[in-house]
Amino acid sequence: MYKYNDFDEAFVRERVAQFRGQVERRIDGSLTEDEFKPLRLMNGLYLQLHAYMLRVAVPYGTLNPTQMRQLAYIADRWDKGYGHFTTRQNIQYNWPKLDDVPDMLEALADVEMHALQTSGNTIRNVTADHFAGASADEIEDPRPVAELLRQWSTDHPEFQFLPRKFKIAVSGAKHDRAVTKAHDIGVRMVHNDAGEAGYEIIVGGGLGRTPMVGKVLRAFLPREELLAYCEAIVSVYNLLGRRDNKYKARIKITVHENGLETMQELVEARFEDIRKGFTGYDQELLKQIEGAFAPPAYVSKSSANFEAARLANPAFRSWADTNISAHKAPGYAIVSISIKKHGQTPGDATSHQMRVMADLAEKYGHSELRISHEQNVILPHVHQGDLLAVYTALREADLATANIGLVSDIIACPGMDYCALATARSIPIAQEIATRFDELKIEHEIGELKIKISGCINACGHHHVGHIGILGLDRAGVENYQITLGGDGTETTTIGTRAGPGFSADDIVPAIERLVTGYLDLRENADETFLQAYRRLGMEPFKAILYPAEDKANAA
Amino acid sequence: MPRAFTPKVITANALIAGDAVWFTADNRWSPKISEAEFITDEAHADLRLLEAQARQDEIAGAYLADAKQGPHGPEATHFREEFRTRGPSNYAHGKQVEL
Ligand code: HEM
Ligand code: SF4
Repeated sequence: MYKYNDFDEAFVRERVAQFRGQVERRIDGSLTEDEFKPLRLMNGLYLQLHAYMLRVAVPYGTLNPTQMRQLAYIADRWDKGYGHFTTRQNIQYNWPKLDDVPDMLEALADVEMHALQTSGNTIRNVTADHFAGASADEIEDPRPVAELLRQWSTDHPEFQFLPRKFKIAVSGAKHDRAVTKAHDIGVRMVHNDAGEAGYEIIVGGGLGRTPMVGKVLRAFLPREELLAYCEAIVSVYNLLGRRDNKYKARIKITVHENGLETMQELVEARFEDIRKGFTGYDQELLKQIEGAFAPPAYVSKSSANFEAARLANPAFRSWADTNISAHKAPGYAIVSISIKKHGQTPGDATSHQMRVMADLAEKYGHSELRISHEQNVILPHVHQGDLLAVYTALREADLATANIGLVSDIIACPGMDYCALATARSIPIAQEIATRFDELKIEHEIGELKIKISGCINACGHHHVGHIGILGLDRAGVENYQITLGGDGTETTTIGTRAGPGFSADDIVPAIERLVTGYLDLRENADETFLQAYRRLGMEPFKAILYPAEDKANAA
Repeated sequence: MPRAFTPKVITANALIAGDAVWFTADNRWSPKISEAEFITDEAHADLRLLEAQARQDEIAGAYLADAKQGPHGPEATHFREEFRTRGPSNYAHGKQVEL
């Protein structure tokens, strides 16, 4: 894992000290809220409905056990004993007090963490595939490049006041688990015809009010040109992006309004200018960074007890079949820990659970943890021989729910329960759907299904790319939920299509139940997933299930 | 045609704790909407909002929110404002347990 050098350490400490002074001046009245707001946002501090909210970056989703324990400590000492993991691989604390925040930031700095650029019109936390360095389908670990991008983008003087926020995601594998096509820049590792590794550069993806699938700006970029090329993109956007209307300010609109070709021309021209300035130091730095991400010292030992336990213990088998993914090293497995027990708030972990996960990572997981954009926690390197021990410990901490990728593995943003921008709640809808399908005991039969819920048009809950997306709106002072179908956040990214009129808070869960049980009747066989069935059949049969004729008659 | 003025309360977030507070007729910030000044006159609302916003070392983000008169004082009319009087629905946190 990357270790801060003296520069990083001094930089983060200095920023904490600056913020401490700013908070003092705000409290004694010498700064107004208007003056203070941009300063607090630069440090990840929001003001929400019931309290402040501190958003802490988990760069490319990677944590070590010491950091996870410190997140637990911060939750206990200054918050309400839990944290919320988000789709952008951050953790949010929902209840900090303004005068405690500098101490919280100091505690983060103690474990090489910070909340910088988790807000504002800057380049945000660089996200990556949560299976990075572990998955069987990987070309290369994307995290060294993500770290390089982070160092380049942090406090980059040219990019502190962009037209709007800017999000970069990096994937090193064939399968896209980083939603690269819904980011301002998506970096995908690919091979060219000559077999050399390089990057496919995608721009202009984004969700929110005007969802767009990212477009390929450069099909193959040699590895050593990445920083200069990204700098060219952001630099072109910085000048061309619209500052007159914040709803048109994201690069997706810039690309859409100017066209991909113009964008390509401008970026290539700018790239020609800039690349001369990159004399190779970035590549030296990358080499050093790569050293910090060397694969763990895998052990070879027997996996016999795994097979035996799988046969003997149906609960363990169900968990292993659902929550484990293929690892590149022989005898190893990737464990996804669901922090979405049925009825719980998606993405929330208590301080106790954080400590249990940290201990397990230390004991069985080569001291690595990941946060996934699907709001779960990953132990990327666990030997199969240790899976039973891991499972047993997880169970004691209420962390062994076997639902990864299933109907109750729902992404939900904080919604109106916390968020000042929300138009409706999302958490209770997620809780009710999960609880309902648990009662029905059919989620394993249903198979892979991604439900994603946002509490407003900003789409923090990724609803546009959910197989079933739910968007909470305010219709004349009443919560109303709109359903989209057929969204997909992988390498075949698709924006979901609206199914029809929205549902009330009371009707949305029955509507989802109808939809999903209806799909079971429509599918060709048990292997055809919801998304595949939707793609084969189109909207009509699903619409008929959602809006039965008699209801229409009643409504008319 | 200008829209008819609907009754208001002034609300904000407390500066240090960040929780929702309401501006009272005697210039305090109360954690209870029931203690808020119930404002029925538009000109008075504008004036009181300016006074509230001037109290920079006590609160952040003061604004006018729709309200109605209930048996125990002003009540929220919109569900967003109602949430602010209570706290989140997923945990027993915030005002629903603190007041
Ligand atoms: C609670 C405070 C939050 C606020 C005030 C907030 C605000 C916003 C806004 C305004 C946008 C739209 C940006 C645009 O379209 O230009 C947005 C997008 C987004 N946010 Fe949040 N958000 C919050 C929490 C979260 C959380 C908890 C997550 C993760 C669960 C998240 C992840 C995202 C993502 C993935 C997008 C859409 C992707 C895109 O940028 O196009 N946000 N957010
Ligand atoms: S989608 Fe809307 S309600 Fe949900 S967290 Fe984002 S801004 Fe808040």
